[in-house]
Amino acid sequence: MIDRRHIGHEFPPFSSIIEAGRVRLFCQAIGETALIHVDARAARQAGYRNIVAPLTFPAAVAMDNPSPRRIIDLMEVDIAWILHGEEHYDCLRPICVGDEITTGLKIIDIYDKKDGALEFVLTELDMRNQFEERVCKIRRSLIVRRPRTAVPAEN
Amino acid sequence: MSMLSFETAKIGDSLPDLQLPAITRLQLALYCGGSGDHNPIHVDTDFARRAGMKDVFAHGMLSMGFMGRLVTSAVAQSRVTSFGVRFVAITWVGDTITVKGRVAGMDREERRLTLDLTCVNQREETTLTGQAVLSFI
Repeated sequence: MIDRRHIGHEFPPFSSIIEAGRVRLFCQAIGETALIHVDARAARQAGYRNIVAPLTFPAAVAMDNPSPRRIIDLMEVDIAWILHGEEHYDCLRPICVGDEITTGLKIIDIYDKKDGALEFVLTELDMRNQFEERVCKIRRSLIVRRPRTAVPAEN
Repeated sequence: MSMLSFETAKIGDSLPDLQLPAITRLQLALYCGGSGDHNPIHVDTDFARRAGMKDVFAHGMLSMGFMGRLVTSAVAQSRVTSFGVRFVAITWVGDTITVKGRVAGMDREERRLTLDLTCVNQREETTLTGQAVLSFI
């Protein structure tokens, strides 16, 4: 069982510089081809400061939390047993290339279902840009399955 | 470029499906790099098998990325005020995902539309459900 004393834990904020190359690679991976994500001129014509990151790019920003400050380190959970349950974004302002994003990460709740076979960790991430404006709030649930509840291989 | 307008949208209107090509190992590797999510369960078959999986499977967030593409192909990204999903089933390497969306709610005073979104695989199983709220102020 994950220690419930971690509920309410706040990690030290971490910062990310948003790079054009990373946004481009992210777009390539999801198959996004809109010009506002690769071309600064197209993005400015559309009213953005610079190349704008796609809707789900905050997930990439969230991964910038350095080890050993990550949730799995704190909770001593094996990464092999983690699944993603839910993900929710409040999209407050665009994240653009060149931005410096500071992310706060907090553990909101930890609970279990099925007599502890599945544990749920609810987290909240709050992202602000270099102008101290809130850009995105993420609510996320992670599911920790135990080896005995391994998803059976299909055929 | 925006196809969805508040003035003409009706509840029940469907967005054109976004049909994705089969998910490849290369795509999972690219998503590892682009997202920074380096969990080996998505790219290392040996690791995935040791964890009881039949093969590697896609990051849930890759499917949410597909879903986001459908949303921003229908409206400018700046109109999206919230976007949330629930991961329902695993998407395996080789699976073919189709993203579907329909107008599920309309708030005339606030000039908001709500989209209901799903990802389904080639077996017609739902893998992801989601909702996006769009503001037309």
